[in-house]
Amino acid sequence: MSDDDVRRAAIASDERDSFAPAPAGTHAPLDSPEYRSTALRHPAHAPVRLDPAKADATELAGPVFGDDAVTEADADLTRAAHGEAVGQRVIVTGRLLDSGGRPIPSSLVEVWQANASGRYAHQRDQWPGTLDPNFAGAGRALTDDEGRYRFVTIRPGAYPWGNHHNAWRPAHIHFSVFGRSFTQRLVTQMYFPDDPLFFQDPILNSIPDEAARRRLVARYDHDVTEPEWALGYQFDVVVRGPGATPLEDRAHG
Amino acid sequence: MAEATDRPGLTPSQTVGPFLHLALDVPGDRVAVEPGSDGSIVVRGRVTDGNGDPVPDGLVETWQIDGRFARCATDARGEWVVHTAKPPAAPTRDGTLQAPHLCVSVFARGLLDRVVTRCYFDDEADANDVDPALAAIVEDRRHTLVAGGSAVDGYRFDIRLQGDDETVFFDI
Repeated sequence: MSDDDVRRAAIASDERDSFAPAPAGTHAPLDSPEYRSTALRHPAHAPVRLDPAKADATELAGPVFGDDAVTEADADLTRAAHGEAVGQRVIVTGRLLDSGGRPIPSSLVEVWQANASGRYAHQRDQWPGTLDPNFAGAGRALTDDEGRYRFVTIRPGAYPWGNHHNAWRPAHIHFSVFGRSFTQRLVTQMYFPDDPLFFQDPILNSIPDEAARRRLVARYDHDVTEPEWALGYQFDVVVRGPGATPLEDRAHG
Repeated sequence: MAEATDRPGLTPSQTVGPFLHLALDVPGDRVAVEPGSDGSIVVRGRVTDGNGDPVPDGLVETWQIDGRFARCATDARGEWVVHTAKPPAAPTRDGTLQAPHLCVSVFARGLLDRVVTRCYFDDEADANDVDPALAAIVEDRRHTLVAGGSAVDGYRFDIRLQGDDETVFFDI
């Protein structure tokens, strides 16, 4: 085989990867009765699987976000106009990878979270946790050439919810990633190591496979920790893929 | 191209939860094509649950072959709206022509993973009749993927997550 043949074979294999089902147990069943809100929101019909050859070229494409969409300050959640957020300062960093282990550069990563008291700066969050006027709880970053993102934030608190008696969500940070294509789009949550609330959380435990569940727990990394400043955590996000070469930059038309 | 390392395990999906607006509800993201400009269309709809009640904490994203992307969080009535342009007919991976459509993701509290569907257009009847994805769906559910309306009046694409006339979702 020529080099070109090898390359074409690799691309064909990559495209199959983009549509390959995730290994069993990776994603939660949409009907997960322990998480009560799934009851009326999960489709009752099985999703329709299309012949991969008839799959949509659109699904291998995705928006491209220009550097102008994101500023460096967007990745620091701890600084507001009037002062610094209250709580344990943490650095959360990691790489966005495809399932072949290749980094995905220039891709948008969005995060949102509760403050140190476990309260979201959101009108629908009304539990008596304390609001912090210096913590809005949202950030965004573009991955660098190695697929790496880095946020400076506050370790979020746990918060109560009505799912079951004495229900508390473990501390978590919501992540939204785009990757390179529609098939790679992923929204997930990152947890902190050794949280005693894991056992009773139906959202984390909706994931059947224990190894997959563990992948949502960040790793404490003393090399990321900065002296006199902040504790460091590593959290890689791995999406299916890869997709085809991104389309030109018309994401926001 | 970077060297591939060991194949890492996939990261599981989790729900967006009820407070997705903090990061994902960016008003400018509703507009992929300026309203009133040449070729612009508006697509709106309502997301409802198995009781037919509105889903007020959802997010609808539209992607299309020409690279355009838009998204909108649902309001208290479950309503969303995006401004875009009708995409050109997109080929399948083997080159078969499909009818113009938007690829649609729906995220919500209570959805542990996004659900994926497609928005076709009622005024593309000839193209819809030979679309391979529509042809793969039982006939009495195909209409759930077809937005009514027109470029002039706007299109309406309601999404029923569960129950009577449930929208067809795809396993991609």
